[in-house]
Amino acid sequence: MALDPTILRDIIMDHYEYPRNKELTEKDGYMSRHMASDSCIDDITVQSKIENGIIEDVRFDGVACTISTASTSIMTELVKDKSIDEAKEIIDNYFKMIDQQEYDEDLLEEAVAFSGVGKQANRINCATIGWKALRDMINESEEKDHE
Amino acid sequence: MDVSKIREDFPILSRKMNGKPLVYLDNGATTLKPQCVIDAVCNYYSYLGANAHRGDYQMSAQVDEAFENARITAQKFINAKYKEEIAFTSGSTMGLNEIAIMLTQQVLNPNDVVLTCESEHASNILPWQQAGKAKNIQLEYIELDHEGKITFEAVQNAIHDGVKIIALAHVSNVLGFEAPIEEICKLAHEKGIIVVVDGAQSTPHIDIDVQKLDCDFFVFSAHKLCGPTGVGVMYGKKKWMDILEPVFFGGESNARFNKCGNLILKETPLKFESGTQPIEGVIGMAAAMDYLQKIGKDNIHAHEVMLKEYFLEKVKDLDKVIVYNANAKSGICTFNIMDKGKMLFAQDVAGYLDSLGIAVRSGQHCAKLLPDILHTAGTCRASFYIYNTKEDVDKLVEGLKNATIENCVNIFF
Repeated sequence: MALDPTILRDIIMDHYEYPRNKELTEKDGYMSRHMASDSCIDDITVQSKIENGIIEDVRFDGVACTISTASTSIMTELVKDKSIDEAKEIIDNYFKMIDQQEYDEDLLEEAVAFSGVGKQANRINCATIGWKALRDMINESEEKDHE
Repeated sequence: MDVSKIREDFPILSRKMNGKPLVYLDNGATTLKPQCVIDAVCNYYSYLGANAHRGDYQMSAQVDEAFENARITAQKFINAKYKEEIAFTSGSTMGLNEIAIMLTQQVLNPNDVVLTCESEHASNILPWQQAGKAKNIQLEYIELDHEGKITFEAVQNAIHDGVKIIALAHVSNVLGFEAPIEEICKLAHEKGIIVVVDGAQSTPHIDIDVQKLDCDFFVFSAHKLCGPTGVGVMYGKKKWMDILEPVFFGGESNARFNKCGNLILKETPLKFESGTQPIEGVIGMAAAMDYLQKIGKDNIHAHEVMLKEYFLEKVKDLDKVIVYNANAKSGICTFNIMDKGKMLFAQDVAGYLDSLGIAVRSGQHCAKLLPDILHTAGTCRASFYIYNTKEDVDKLVEGLKNATIENCVNIFF
């Protein structure tokens, strides 16, 4: 399916101007990742609540560019209420897309808006900063389950 | 100053970026290299070849001559009194680290205070913080005025009996204001305070006379003045260079040593230059200094200020462009762009300009404390140099006019 650039651009702008789940919580049961060391300028924190193999909630906050903000916002919506295995498959496909490899576009829904970010090598970090945080927290939750 | 002729000296200016003619406006980060510097570096590799200070053959002697002549070139470039006051480093950062470690370990007492300011580059804050841990050295910050500038009065107010060192940038890398170093040194020396100056952003642009400034230490990097990367100068007054022990030890810096730990160091500056130096870098740096001297620092500075004034004139009626440092007499323009009532994220603006072939810097420019004064998370910085033209400024301003959130996102499609 050919993706209409105008629609994709509007998706990014919508999530940048009206980011979803952009508020941190102080409730119990959340893991947290502060992503500030990868680049000079984006500074975001991602929280997630993973219970019984289900991603019950993901939220974030911080100061970041259009691509960081919108990609993290879209991610929070995509993985919510998914099982860990489903979320891992989505994340896996997202990173494949960013790396300009073959990927399953149906799994990624609005996140396909970032399919062209890989062309600007210096911005790949922006498009993946929130996703890396979640991937890391999923790994942590799995390690806990193995203990 | 014939800019079109200068541009012919820089082969890289004929390259394109994103398919557009290159408009390079990130000279605060690093500068492009003229052919004479490239040739000097290549000549070391294709002809001179030997190590410095250690061979008994003609090639080596030729290297020694080129290397030590470069030291004299650097000495004259900043008007140091003695060539022994010029030690080569890998750049400003290494120089500041060495100075911070040497002074902290060998001169300061526990709980002494180092005075700096919030607009400093990380390389003039972190070395003092880290070196100072063992002796509980405190860092205190001179209050900046509403424009983010250091005034002599603020320095006066910040000085107290505990202050033993003042460490400041000659010109700030974010805003481009020049600090009143000469006045500061005069006051500091009356009180026995050592003054360390980071000249990374001043040496390429304005005339430097370390004797007139009267600072105790002064560092700069070659790559910001059209020279190679990985080389720079640590200047210290001879009285300091004579008594300080180096941070690094090894070959070429020692005269005699034995296995019991007895060590006789060479005299300055060689005691500060352990191991093989970046010889091609030192020679290339001297070529860059000769090149800039021919153009003349006064001409360079006047050209940069002219471009900045031209930029300010062009954006003065554009409400969307917020300039943070209009009053700084330098070639640094620090700004943000508004679109539909919201400030565009600096990196998005820089990304859009990149798609037009225009290189600017976005971010906090490593002075991470400054956002507290500018009240913004980041800024864009355009910094001019000798090869920039009014046409470059025209293209920048045209780009800023078209910088909208839509266009910033469009670069990804």
